[in-house]
Amino acid sequence: MKTARDMGLVTCTGCASVWPDGTDRCGRCGATLRSRHDNSLQLVWAFWATGLLFYIPANLYPMLVTSTIVGTQSSTIVGGAVEIAKHGEIGIAAIVLFASVVIPVAKFIAIAHLAISVRRGSIQSLHGRQHLYEVVEFVGRWSMIDVFVVAILSALVQLSVIASIQPGPAALTFALSVIFTMLSARSFDTRLIWDSLSTRNEDPA
Amino acid sequence: MTNHPDPSTLIGCPSCDAVYLARMPAPGERAVCERCGTVLISTRENAGLHILALSVAVLILVIAASFFPFLSINAAGMANRVSLWDVATSFRSGVLVLVSVSTVLLIVLVPLIRTALLVYVIGPIELGRPPLRHARDAFRIAQELKPWAMTEVFSIGCAVALVKVSSLAHLEFGAAFWMFTALSVIVIVADRYLCSWSIWRALEEADNA
Repeated sequence: MKTARDMGLVTCTGCASVWPDGTDRCGRCGATLRSRHDNSLQLVWAFWATGLLFYIPANLYPMLVTSTIVGTQSSTIVGGAVEIAKHGEIGIAAIVLFASVVIPVAKFIAIAHLAISVRRGSIQSLHGRQHLYEVVEFVGRWSMIDVFVVAILSALVQLSVIASIQPGPAALTFALSVIFTMLSARSFDTRLIWDSLSTRNEDPA
Repeated sequence: MTNHPDPSTLIGCPSCDAVYLARMPAPGERAVCERCGTVLISTRENAGLHILALSVAVLILVIAASFFPFLSINAAGMANRVSLWDVATSFRSGVLVLVSVSTVLLIVLVPLIRTALLVYVIGPIELGRPPLRHARDAFRIAQELKPWAMTEVFSIGCAVALVKVSSLAHLEFGAAFWMFTALSVIVIVADRYLCSWSIWRALEEADNA
């Protein structure tokens, strides 16, 4: 197995074409060519930290503010899911909890694990980590469910005094958190996972 | 492998950087990276035609679904119904502006732009005509937009919204909800037909011809 870097070539991550090392732009799709994204991990951590920072207020502040004749009530992400469960809709409550709590937390852990293991040059479970990355990329967007629900409800539930729903500050910070974790995952250069393999092979220490 | 193979005959795995001699697999077959398992080429018969047909369906559905109501509410004799257009224009507070703008961006505009770009790129190839101007940039942008098109996430969002206020009021799905559900399926099927390597090669061949 030879990599483009071993052969003095560089692979375009946009269109999979191969160019001689030192070429700046892919002659086929026009993407910027880099043998490895040198600042990949730095970018990953920067977006990761920003995402985490926005995730904290997203859980503390209300997501929805519901006003009815009886009074005003605000609910956080977890609080909202608990209410749904109380109505007997365990399935939907599970979807909300999974999309807004389990996925984001698992994503933070997974991205950190990928970045740390690459830094250490680990050669453990290369396929496992490649899969982990693919899963992280795939599920990231599903965390937006709760943001869409807030947008839908605050436009729909405007029945003057009977009931009205307004978005809380958490709607925005949660959306930002999801967007920054998606950017963090996309900044990760998966070739770094496989590089540890070739450095170990050349250097039998 | 020879010492200095012509790079244009090679294909590199974008996920792990392994290099192979590129050979177009038979229709219906896939080329998979031996090392990391990433699908490099995936050919299907009449893929371009399928993508075009599905893309036109997506364009029509997205535009129509933006103006039909997707949910209606009924409580104590008062009623309301909203379309995505209403979500986009219902600016009420500072937070809502950003939330509704990003919702419309991710659900309507990004899928719409991405589909239009694909038609722009694949249309001429299928008709046997030279690619239109900036077709390569158009296809690159279309591929970069892929994760930000969230139509299918929105369909689930509608279902969650319906349950969430079921104690407060009676909600019903509108026509646009079913359009979005159909859209989600079409987008997933169209993406299965989309093989980036085949399209890049077709663009390159058309330019060299």
